[in-house]
This record gives sequence, C-alpha cells and structure tokens, in this order.
Amino acid sequence: MMADPALHIRAEGDRELVMTREFAAPRDLVYEAFTRPELLRRWFGVFDGWELAVCEIDLRVGGAYRWVWRNRNRANEMGAGGVYREIVPPERIVATERFDDPWYRGEAIVTTTFGERDGVTTLAMTVRYESTEVRDGVLASPMATGVSAGFDALAELLRARTR
Amino acid sequence: METSLDATFAALADPTRRTILARLAAGDATVMELARPFAMSQPAISKHIKVLERAGLVTRGPEAHRRSCRIVAKPLAEANAFLESYRRFWEQSFKRLDALLADMTTERERTAGRSRR
Repeated sequence: MMADPALHIRAEGDRELVMTREFAAPRDLVYEAFTRPELLRRWFGVFDGWELAVCEIDLRVGGAYRWVWRNRNRANEMGAGGVYREIVPPERIVATERFDDPWYRGEAIVTTTFGERDGVTTLAMTVRYESTEVRDGVLASPMATGVSAGFDALAELLRARTR
Repeated sequence: METSLDATFAALADPTRRTILARLAAGDATVMELARPFAMSQPAISKHIKVLERAGLVTRGPEAHRRSCRIVAKPLAEANAFLESYRRFWEQSFKRLDALLADMTTERERTAGRSRR
C-alpha cells in the first residue's frame, strides 16, 4: 500500500501558517467532504474514540459554524466555532476560528483552498493568527519539527527530559 | 485570558530564547555563560531569561550560586504533547478523509456508468 500523502506545515508572511496535503480525488468531492455535516462526521477528528458530536454549518457569508467533538472512552469534549466570510465552491472558504478552550490568543482566520490538477486535489489551509508572536510560538513548537530550523535541540531535550 | 500553554508558546516564539533553552537542556548555566555564544549584551540576554522565567520555563538559583539558570521541563512537555496531538489530529483525520473520498469517487463512477446505460 502507498504511504499517506505528506502533511506539510510552513510559515508564510509574518503571521500565517500554511498546511498543505494532496488528495486522490477531484476537488468538488473534497469540497463536499469539507462542507456537508453528514460527510464531515465521517472523517473530521474522528479517531481514537472521538466523534464529531455537533456539526452545525450555515454555509453562507455571515453564517456560523459550530463543531463539538466528544470522546467515547473518556468524558472529554472539545469545541470550536466561527463565522464564514467568503465561500466560493468548490475553490475557497474563508472563516474565523475560535476554540472554546483557547490554546492561542484571540481569533484566527482560516482560508481553505482546493486546487485540482489531473484529478488530484491540493488542499491548502492558511491560518492567520492575531500576531506574529502567536504564529511563531505555534510554529516553533514541535508541531513543525523538521520545518523550523534550530528546533531539533529542543525536541531532543523534550524527549530526554520527559522520559 | 492568557492560558499557560499560550505563555509557553509566546516564550518559545523567539529564536534566542529557544537557543537558551537548548543550552540549558545540556545543564544549568549562568547568564554570563548563556550570553557567550550570542552577539548580545548580558542585559539583553537577561531580558530573554526573564521572559522564560515568567513563562515558568526557567528557574534561577540563589545568589550564592551566581544565579545559575535551570530549565523546567513540564510546560515544554505539555506544549509538546498538545501540539503533537494537533498534528496527529489532522494526520488521522486526513487518513479517514482519503477513505471517504475513495468511496465517494467509486459511487460517482457507478452512478455515471448507470446513467450511460
């Protein structure tokens, strides 16, 4: 079996993070999978006992969305929501994002684009944080190990100290 | 509201502070020792160390020990665990999405085949 396509994460501009990934399907299908609640429930954060318990999507400019994940095995819940700012099917979605239990300051703007070439869709999610400081903090973390230079030593330290 | 995770990320945002932490991972050091590899004044390095201290990433020893700095691993480990789970969230989700898209593609081909007949 082929390996999973790589998930790339990189910094762009002064306060953005870009995550890209390819999918072996035309983009209108990928767009549907990103915007229809019954399809999102089948993949979005659904692993290790987590399910997308609440998935409300008002897919229009100014419309709100709300996601809540629940874990079957642990009594645990995680929620996020925002408002759509731009919708261009099947190419582009811009929305605000805020987590109930915030791990970065303020609100982020998430731009999701779907490009297609020879039946392969390239997904790009750009997360624009409120400040450079927040973005760099997120990028400097091990999420991007291998992307952010000079972080290897720190990653090494974490492995050594947390053992 | 500033969560402790947020404070950790903000402290990690600076490359000088990351280098200081990497140096402290090898063992405790004084401000003078920490300043040595940088083209920076001791007060400038002290300022970075204060940020790390406020974020709970570094503690400083008593005066008698020339105020040597020591790394505190717990907040880093928490940030690490959180972000690894964030990356994992997307990797696992996309794996499921691959399978869903394969189903959707098959379904579309089947429907197209039927309508041609």
